[in-house]
Order: sequence, then structure tokens, then C-alpha cells
Amino acid sequence: MATTVETKVPKNEPLFGKKERVLLTDPLLDNNPITIQVLGVCSALAVTSLVYPSLVMAVAVVFVCAFSSLVTSLLRNAIPKAVRLIVQLVIIATLVTLVNEALKAINYPVYKQLSVYIGLIITNCIVMGRLEAFAMANKPWRSFLDGVGNGLGYGLILVVVGAIREIFGKGTLFAGSPIVMRFIGPGEEYIIDTATANQWGSSYFGWYANNNLMVMSVAAMFVIAVLIWWQRSRNPKLVDIS
Amino acid sequence: MGDFVNIFIKSAFIENMILAYFLGMCSFLAVSKSLSTAFGLGLAVIFVLGITMPINWLINEFLLVNFELEFLRFIVFIAVIASTVQLVEMVVEKYSPGLYAALGIFLPLITVNCAILGGSLFMVSREYNLTESIAFGLGGGFGWFLAIIAIAAIRERIRYSNVPPALRGLGMAFLLTGLMGLAFLSLSGIDPAVFGGWNPAK
Repeated sequence: MATTVETKVPKNEPLFGKKERVLLTDPLLDNNPITIQVLGVCSALAVTSLVYPSLVMAVAVVFVCAFSSLVTSLLRNAIPKAVRLIVQLVIIATLVTLVNEALKAINYPVYKQLSVYIGLIITNCIVMGRLEAFAMANKPWRSFLDGVGNGLGYGLILVVVGAIREIFGKGTLFAGSPIVMRFIGPGEEYIIDTATANQWGSSYFGWYANNNLMVMSVAAMFVIAVLIWWQRSRNPKLVDIS
Repeated sequence: MGDFVNIFIKSAFIENMILAYFLGMCSFLAVSKSLSTAFGLGLAVIFVLGITMPINWLINEFLLVNFELEFLRFIVFIAVIASTVQLVEMVVEKYSPGLYAALGIFLPLITVNCAILGGSLFMVSREYNLTESIAFGLGGGFGWFLAIIAIAAIRERIRYSNVPPALRGLGMAFLLTGLMGLAFLSLSGIDPAVFGGWNPAK
């Protein structure tokens, strides 16, 4: 009798095995939310003129994506199919409100810089896309990891695009962030500053004139296009046939 | 009236929702493969933006600001948008089957289109009044419509061109949108005052 009961108990799977690792690493490159799945592009383009706001945005999206997946997955058997979209929207909107209020309290300048784009995480397709595609059908822990992975894949593109645009457009990195200011000294917020000649980077980068095209919003389109080009020429399986 | 025309022109051409703010980019990229579907989605966006903007303005002004409930703004706005879209879909289906056939499948998609929620959030942060927000809704929708029609037409033609394989589809769409954004930048020279007799000096 005891043996039949034991067979019904599922095999004890490791908490962080191979499957879990794939959930985290796959969205970083080969199944990237922005360049492959084409979800959540709106905010990726608009906030990336500097690295620091992009980083804040990335952290916000990882948080919302992970915890909305977790909550939805916990509730997945209780949510009626007919109203699931509304329920998901309410879960996401609550989390985004939390992020919004927290950011307003912690770092007001960045909050002003990101303006409506924090609110637009609600309609960021990547969050809702993962809820529909993964969290509604999987267990909480794996859904949480999937959310973290996709948030990180999204954040990776954001930070890379932000870094490229900031270096070429302004000749700086992490402008406006408190951490870097403390490292370099009071009042000097740039690691590489081509505009002024009194910092360590100036002897190497003093010749560089800022490229104003990179500061404009359209530059994000070109940078992402080049990223997509690079990624798809590396891996021909990803090429769009249609 | 001058303000109405002024904001309409400004939101449609100078600060185009897609090309300057990238709102609604996901559906913009996904649905712009053929001209006819792009046309349907564009119409639906004008329609829904024009309706939800005044509703959200009224709710924001008389409920949220009045009772100091601004922290509920996101949830209330998205609920208004979702229910309006549902309502509009039912009304259109009953009274105008022709329009429903054209917009039908696109209406549910619009709930998660950033352009709609983004429009309402911009309306709040720029402190528009009721007329201005109607103008912003219609103008922004029209600008979105123009942009998606243009990119769909270009993408239909570019299928016959010899594009490097890795750039085919998505990569080319990004490049084209960027070039179109550059082209629209030249419209920023328009002086909206010409159309409405509005004097910026005042």
C-alpha cells in the first residue's frame, strides 16, 4: 500500500537544475524579448539616451515581470478564462504603481526623466506576453525564473543601447548616477568626458566631437537594427523568412 | 479653436506618437506587413484614442484629483481603456457591421497598445484641458495612422528588394522607421500658429 502512494509523489526535482538555468539564460540572447520576440519595444527605444535611466528602467521591468509572473502563477487555477486579461492587467498595474511610487520617493530626477514610460510598463507587451505564454500554465518558481530571465533579456538590450548612445552622443558613461559621482569625486559625474579637458579620459578622447544624431530618439532605431543584424548573422536560424 | 488646431497639428506631425515617442511600437511592427491591415489598425487607434482621452480626462479631473487618489491613476486608466474598448467593440458590432468587419480583430489588441495609455498619461503630465485633450487624442491618433500606413506601404514594396538575409523583416522595419523619424524631424519647422491664429507671444 505504501509503495503505491509513493509512486504518486512526483520525483524530487532540483530547485535550480538545467531546465531552470535555460529559463534564465535563453531570453538573454537566442530568445531575446526585444530582438527576437519583438515584445516591449516602445519603452526600450524611448528611455535609452543615457545608461543610468535605462538601468533604472531595466530594474523596474525585471521586478514587475518577475513578481507578476509569480502572482499570476499562484492564482492560475483560480482565474476564470474569460476575465484573465483584466486580472493580469490589474496585477501588473498594482506592481507598476508600487514601482512608480517607490521611484518617486527614492530618486526624483530619474523619475522625471522616465516620465510616462514607467507607467507604460503596464502595457509593455513583454510582461503580459510572458503571463499569457508561460505563467498561466506553469508552477510559481519556474514562472518567477522565466519572468526574471525575460526581464533581464530586456534590460540587457536597454543597457547596451543606452551605453552605445551615451558614449557616442555625449562622450560620457553613467551620467547623473550617484555611484559614479562618489567614485570620481564631488561634482565630477562622468567617467569619460570629452566635453571638458580636466579628467583622465580627456587625453585619449579629447579629439572626439559629440555625435548629436545619437542623442536624438531615432538613433535607438538604428542601434537596435544593427544589433538585430549582428545577432541574426551570427545565428542564421533566427532569420525572418517571411 | 486656435488651440484645438494647434495641438492637433503638433501631436500629429511635430511630436508624432510613433516617430518621436515610440508609443505603440509593438503593434506598429507586428501589423505593418500589409497595407489593408495597417489601415484597419490605424483607424481603430484614432477611434479609441478619441474616445478614451476625454473619458480619462473627466475621471482624472473629477474623481482622482478631487479626492486625492492620484496613486490609483494607472489602475483606473487601464481599467477605463479595457472596458471602453470592450464597450466600443459591442456597440460597433451591433450598429455598424461594416466598420466592425474593418476594425473587428484589432480592437482587443488596442487595449495593450502603449499609444492609448501613453496618450492619457501625457495628457495628465502636460495638464491639458478638455478641448486640448480631445485635440491631442485625435491628432495623436491621426499621426499614428499616418505613420503605420507609410511604413506598411514601404514594407510591401521592400519585399521585392534584395535585402541582406539577416536584415530581412524586423531589422529592415527598424531601419525604415528610423529613416522615417528623421524625415518627420523636418516637419518640426512647421509653425502651428499659422493654422489657428494663435499667438505664442501671449
